Order: sequence, then C-alpha cells, then structure tokens
Amino acid sequence: MRDETKANLLAAWRQRRRNLAHGWYKYSRNPLSVIGLAVLALIVLVAILAPYIAPYPGHAKAYTNFREASQPPSAKHFFGTDRIGRDIFSRTLFGYRFSLMIGAVVLALGVAPGVILGLLAGYRRGTWIEVVIMRVTDVFLAVPPLVLALAITAMLTPNLLNQMMAIALVWWPWYSRLVFSLASSLRNEYFVKEAELTGASQFHILFREILPNCFAPIMTKMTLDMGLVILIESTLSFVGLGIQPPKPALGTMVAEGAKRLPAEWWSTIFPALAIVIVILAFNLIGDGLRDVFAVEDV
Amino acid sequence: MAKYISLRLLQSVFVLFGLSLLIFFIARVVPGDPARQALGLLASQEQVERVREQMHLNDPFPVQYYYWLRSLLRGDLGVSSYTRRPVTTDLRQYIPATLELILFATLISFIIGQVTGVLAGYFRNSWFDGASRLVSYLGIATPSFVIAILLLFVFSQLLKLAPGIGRIPIMMKAPPTRTGFMMIDGLLAGRLDVTLTALKHILLPAFSLAVIHIAQEGRITRTSIVETMQKDYITLHKVHGIRTGRILFKYLLRPSIIPTVTVMGLDFAFLMSNAFLVETVYMWPGFSRYAMTAMLNKDLNAIVAVVLVIGLTFALVNLLVDIIIMFLDPTVRLRQGGA
Repeated sequence: MRDETKANLLAAWRQRRRNLAHGWYKYSRNPLSVIGLAVLALIVLVAILAPYIAPYPGHAKAYTNFREASQPPSAKHFFGTDRIGRDIFSRTLFGYRFSLMIGAVVLALGVAPGVILGLLAGYRRGTWIEVVIMRVTDVFLAVPPLVLALAITAMLTPNLLNQMMAIALVWWPWYSRLVFSLASSLRNEYFVKEAELTGASQFHILFREILPNCFAPIMTKMTLDMGLVILIESTLSFVGLGIQPPKPALGTMVAEGAKRLPAEWWSTIFPALAIVIVILAFNLIGDGLRDVFAVEDV
Repeated sequence: MAKYISLRLLQSVFVLFGLSLLIFFIARVVPGDPARQALGLLASQEQVERVREQMHLNDPFPVQYYYWLRSLLRGDLGVSSYTRRPVTTDLRQYIPATLELILFATLISFIIGQVTGVLAGYFRNSWFDGASRLVSYLGIATPSFVIAILLLFVFSQLLKLAPGIGRIPIMMKAPPTRTGFMMIDGLLAGRLDVTLTALKHILLPAFSLAVIHIAQEGRITRTSIVETMQKDYITLHKVHGIRTGRILFKYLLRPSIIPTVTVMGLDFAFLMSNAFLVETVYMWPGFSRYAMTAMLNKDLNAIVAVVLVIGLTFALVNLLVDIIIMFLDPTVRLRQGGA
C-alpha cells in the first residue's frame, strides 16, 4: 500500500518534470523570448546586488561632488555623471531596484482581489453578484489606467507608498475582467458540475476546480503587465508624482536629464534606455509564455 | 438597431455616473480643506467657513455629491484653484489644441500602420516583416515621454530638421481664435505662413504620440492579411489572373478594417492619456498639459473635470466605434439588431 502511493507520487513527479521540459522546449523555440529571459535575469541580479556591485553606491542618495559634475561617459563613469556629480550608472542600477519592487508589489496588491472578484462574478454569472462586480469593474476601466493613476497620486501626496497604491487600485479590474470571462465558461465544464453534485463548497469549487484552470492566462498577463506597470511607474516619476528625489527613480532621472539636452545627452539617454530594455524583456517573455500556454486574449 | 444603441447609451451613462462618484469620493477623502485650497492661505477663517457652507462641505457625503452633480449637469465644474477661472472656460480654451494633435496623430498612425501592416503581411517572413516586427516591439516597450524626448533630441536639436517646442514660435503673432485649431485659424485669417509653421510644429509631437499605435495597428493589419491570404477565394482570384493590387485592396484589406476600427477607437482614449506626457515635453498648450499642471498643483476641481472629460470622450468614441462596426459588418448588425 505504502509502496503504491510512493510509486504514484514518483510517477506524478516524473510527469510534472516531463511537462516542464516540454514547456521549456516550446519556449526555447523562440530565440527572442530566450533573450528576454536572459536579459531579465541579468537585470534582476544586478538590481539585487546593486549595493555590492555598483561602482559608487553612495551616489544613490543625496550626494554632491561638483568637481565631477556633468562628465561624459568614460571608463570611470560608464554612463557619465549628472549635474551634481553623481554616477548615472550606479543610480540606474538602484533605479532598477525601485522599478522591479514597485512592479512586484503592485501586481501582488492588484492581482489577488481582481482574480477573486472575477472568479466570483464568473461563477455566479446571471446573479446580482455578477452585476455589481462587473459594473464596478466597468467604472474603473472607463478611463485609461495612466489617467486614473495620475489623478489619484496627484490628489494624495506623491510618494512611494501612494504611487504603488494608486497603480494597484487601477490594476485589479483588468484581472477581474480576464478571470470573469474564463470562469464563466469553465463553470459549465463537467468537473465543476461533478463537484457541485458531490456537494463541494463554493470555496472548493472556486479555488480548487476553477482557479487552477485559469493559471496560464493569469501568469501570461502578469508577465506582460510587469512591463506595463513599470512603464506607468516611470511615467509617474517622470512627471514628478512618484518616488521623490534624491531617491533614484528611472523616470525622474530621465526628466532631470531632459532639462540638459542636447549638451549632456548621457544623463537622459541611458536611464531612458534602461527603462525600454526592462519593459522589452518582460514583453518578450510574455510573448513566449503566450506561445507555451497557447493563450490568446490576454 | 435603435434598441441596441439606446442600450449602449444607457450603459455609458451608468459608467460615467459611477466614474463621477469614484473621482468625487477620492477628491473628498484626501486630506486638506477644499475651501481653504480655493481661497488660498491669506483668507480668514470666517471666509473659509462661509465658502465651506457655500460648497456644502459641512453636509454629509451624499448631500455634497448631490449638489456637486446638480451643478455638473448645469455645466458648472467649479473654479480652478490654479488659474482662478471657471474650469469650463479653461477646458474650452485648451481642448482644441489637444484635439488637433490627437487627430493628426491618428491620421499618421492610420496611414503608416496600414501601409506597413499590408506590406509586412503580403511579404511575410521577408526582411521588411522582420524589421517591422522589431520596430513594433520597441514601439510598445517605449514610454511615450521617452519617444518624445528622443525625437526632440534627434530631429530638433541634433539635425535641426524640425522646430522645437510649442505650437508656433513665441515671436509669431497668432491669428484670431475661431476654431482653436491653429492650422485652420491660420487659413481663415488668410495667413498661410501660420498654417505652415503650425504644421511643422505639430509633426514631431504627433509622431511621438503615433509611434505606439503605428506598431499596434500594423500588427493587427498584418495578422488579418496573413489569415485572409490563406483563404481559397484569394487563390481563386490569383488563378483567374486578377491583378495583385486589386486583390490587395479589394479583397485582402477589407476584413482587416473591422479590427482596425475597434483598435483605433480604443486608441483614441490612450492617445489622450499619452498626450499628457508628449504635451509636457513639447510644451504644447493643450488640455493634457493643463491636466498635468492641475495635477502637479493639486487643483481638485480641475483634476475631477479632466478625468470626467476623458471618461466622456472614451464612452462617446466607443459608442461611435460600435455604430460604425454595425454598419461595416453585416453579421454584427444581424446579431445585435435581432433582425
């Protein structure tokens, strides 16, 4: 008896490993997605290790050294220095820390409520629960997320916490709409009907029967959205409604540097490229996942 | 059909009502006294109390909302604490400049998006297809303020091919405002030089706005063309010896119109939100820059108005798109009209 369970577990584990290997095979067919993954891995690594590998970690805070101000890129300062002498390469590495952290926190705050509400609305389709949830969702989707996020941070005090809350607040409706459409078709599947007949609780049906079948589209959307959230975050800090200086946000660095174009081009071009590269990496990975999971409408 | 349209209209009204409730709620729960903000720091406590009474700030939230909604429906959005003028006056002054910019951007993205999409689809897997794919990836991954700064840097500051910021040079005397569209006003006043200068000034900001949408519309057209090319009737036309150009425009392009129109409708609202950044970079004196100024100065009445205007535009454009699609696509017409 015990050997049998052991054998079953082993078989299940082998199957899972085969699935993973197969998934990776499909993913690696697209060279762009593999490049995206490699680039992202590098960015995450340097962001985590920024305090140790940045040439001038002290420059990520309030720091001035006018003797080194406005230096062009060189072996000493890869990306040059800004108008008060801070090393832009070091600040870019620390800027990535903020971008990635904000992306992760916003999705963590926004996805869970969106998914739960979407599951509930989809499973209870045709009842007042669906009407209330989906009409509220419509209201949040009535203006582009950037406008609502800007308006909310502007009315509150601009800082890191409010910025993350504002973006999360405009982000959940996209997930409730996605999961709603998935759940409302899944609820007619036989495995859900079977669970209903055997008297499973609503909690069990929502989270054990329907939710696991929504994972692929949710994962794909989250990857693509990391790029979008970072885009919105950098936009907010560009206009001055994000993290406040002297903390290094990539958007703020672009805005600061743009005032000194065209002479000191490096102080805006390099942070701008840094933003584009991380968003591009997430998009390429998302596209790869879309192919692996064979999902279309996310 | 009338039933479908009126149902959609009702839905839009509901959504806008919800949006007004949401944004009004946020504007009222934020810390700070709206009356104090409207009067400035120099006003006495008595004056502030009087204005609080006038603005119904001492009443419970639903009552405040009722009074606010009532004046909103009369076209009164309150006074901007930054410009010290009625918000509706401000909006009327600034909206045409943004509209001019957005329409121009739509035109550019439609033309370039269609051409690249058709070429990439027709010559699938060619170098052109690969290049347009790469450009569309970059277009989607680049924030609009980065595009705006890069274009300004390269074309205006390095190559000196385009003028820099603003609608027309400060030294140039603007024609009297009739439509608010600088190019049309120039023509109406018989000043061709203004129209031409305005055209030169609008190219860079409009293109900065259009880049993302060129990428998206190009991809959609390409996908549709590739799909349609595999259809039997296209092969039949080819076998019958119908000219390539005719096949392309008469049979291949037509199915792609419907997704393109849908996306262009969605894009219109996104153009408005991206214009926030492009207008900031190019100092374009439009609605979006006004919105940005309002946000940076915590001008509550103006922020609320801006969000509502964008919501209203979004709703109207979506309604328009649905109606256009109903005319373009007989299957939708039959399904929705319940013929």
